[in-house]
Amino acid sequence: MLENALKGNKGYWTLIIVLLVIMGVAGLCYLKQFTFGLGITGMSRDVSWGFYIAQFTFLVGVAAGGVMVALPYYLHNYKAFGKITILGEFLAIASVSMCLLFILADLGQVQRALNVLLHPTPHSVLFWDMIVLNGYLFLNIIVGWNVLEAERNSVPPPQWIKPFIYISIPWAFGIHTVTAYLFCGLPGRHYWLTAILAPRFLASAFAAGPSLLLLLCFIIRKVTNFDPGKQAIQALAKIITYAIIANVFFFLCEVFVAFYSNIPGHTVHLKYLFVGLHGHGVLVPWMWASVIFMTVAIILLVNPVTRQNESILMVSCILIFIGTWIDKGLGMISGGFVPSPLHHVNEYVPTILEIIISLGVWATGFFILTILFKIAISVEQEVEA
Amino acid sequence: MKNSRRSFLKIAGVSALGLVIKPVFNTFASSEEHAEHLKPDFSKKNNALTGKRWGMVIDTRKFQSEEDLKPIIDACNSIHNIPDLKVKNHEIKWIWEDEYEHAFTDSENEYVNERVKHLPFLVLCNHCDDPPCVRACPTKATFKREDGIVLMDFHRCIGCRFCMAACPYGSRSFNFRDPRPGIEHQNPDYPTRTKGVVEKCNFCAERLAVGKMPKCVEVSNGAIAFGDLDDPDSTVRKLLKENYTIRRKPSLGTHPSVFYIV
Repeated sequence: MLENALKGNKGYWTLIIVLLVIMGVAGLCYLKQFTFGLGITGMSRDVSWGFYIAQFTFLVGVAAGGVMVALPYYLHNYKAFGKITILGEFLAIASVSMCLLFILADLGQVQRALNVLLHPTPHSVLFWDMIVLNGYLFLNIIVGWNVLEAERNSVPPPQWIKPFIYISIPWAFGIHTVTAYLFCGLPGRHYWLTAILAPRFLASAFAAGPSLLLLLCFIIRKVTNFDPGKQAIQALAKIITYAIIANVFFFLCEVFVAFYSNIPGHTVHLKYLFVGLHGHGVLVPWMWASVIFMTVAIILLVNPVTRQNESILMVSCILIFIGTWIDKGLGMISGGFVPSPLHHVNEYVPTILEIIISLGVWATGFFILTILFKIAISVEQEVEA
Repeated sequence: MKNSRRSFLKIAGVSALGLVIKPVFNTFASSEEHAEHLKPDFSKKNNALTGKRWGMVIDTRKFQSEEDLKPIIDACNSIHNIPDLKVKNHEIKWIWEDEYEHAFTDSENEYVNERVKHLPFLVLCNHCDDPPCVRACPTKATFKREDGIVLMDFHRCIGCRFCMAACPYGSRSFNFRDPRPGIEHQNPDYPTRTKGVVEKCNFCAERLAVGKMPKCVEVSNGAIAFGDLDDPDSTVRKLLKENYTIRRKPSLGTHPSVFYIV
């Protein structure tokens, strides 16, 4: 099936080349980081994780979000998702690849990365994160590839693939739960020290992942004759609606607990994020934008009239994707580190090099995604022909 | 025909992959070079100081101002090759000073007496009895020794900084760049670090091994005591018995081994 990636029109090749150029430039920037060290980033003693880990956290959510199409299709035989399930699985492959690249980009001694395998340490959540992420990547490659190949040959998927499919569904919940556990089990980091972190991560994942999937479907529908179908789009829109409502609800629960108890350790991080602290508030406009975007999206999606209008639905998906990205890809990590355990406010702002390297990882993910989607859509077209 | 060629290629591909992976794995997994002529001596010296759980008591009544702390901090910095890198984001700190409200965030008191309010406090790694950093480390590069000292293996650390997120005391530093240009006079008896690894106070484990007290204790004019918390007759236990002491963030249950007489 891979040969399908080598045949494409002008637009397809332009996209491939643009992505390769971004990857090349980012590769050069990474060489600079590799030789100098992580000092080229905006990180410090007090904010020891930054943009890379934030992107990783967000993208684990996008990867897990694919389960929102796989679950109804495989477990409830919801036929409408038949066409887009493979896209969800391929989106998961691209997202997990980005996650792994972001972790590697964040390591101080990347050439020692395999020490995690050489000295397995079960009491470290990072050890489990490595297992669940690689496992999820493997599961989606196995399932996606075999199901697509079966479709191409117009035969049902092989029997041996079934257990992999059934494992992959709870596994998707697992990857984001374990990723939340990286943060919420740390004493002295009160912003993360909350039992609702994993549910909140999952809620924003099930909003962000399917939102991106819907947007990708709209793009594909525009440039090819592939049509996911109205029913699938509307069903996915409903899933996104519930997920984003849950996400905002969980966040409001956090706000209530922090401010009604009025325990400084709990309120101080929210204050830093939403109103600023001691004159420092670099994230304030971003956080308000995030809350406003999510709220507007909820209003637009709850109302069936606006939800069924595909242009408005598209706008809502963009708002949700950006809103959840700000929440997790900017606020979640910085907000946890500022103020520091000694109550000093040392802010974090990513550097240009850091942002270019991150864009390079995103470009790599989209490169993988483009090739996989190209293969999937070519197969769909073959079958229809 | 087509099938057999395909399966042959599959087998050949997997075999080739296997041949490639082993040397690659070896290269990446190990960053130590085993030179035959360098035979390290790991035996315990007869004069080594040993304890069941090392601890420290800092008598803050014996400090008046930053001037009193500077020689202590400088002594530690110079023997451990801690660089001065001029950029705040890149700074490395093993032992440093901070105010009461920052050192003891749990014990907020806006009406605390004048002496404590303006007194600089020494802060360092607490060598916790239940260290969150050790729990977080995915390679055991940071580990707790049987004598209670929490140590770093600079050669195993992958620089993921999970331990820094886990430490509630801000006691860990990361080498954001090569530290060596920032070292004015290198001490040949202690290793310099490479970029991309975490480091922190080690309770002078290298000095205890040769029968010496930690450097900060040695230069503190009796303001810092060091000894075995497990030994009821030790100096530290005597001080703890006779004075009211506090620890940093006791509510977190990490059981710090550094005590402060206020």
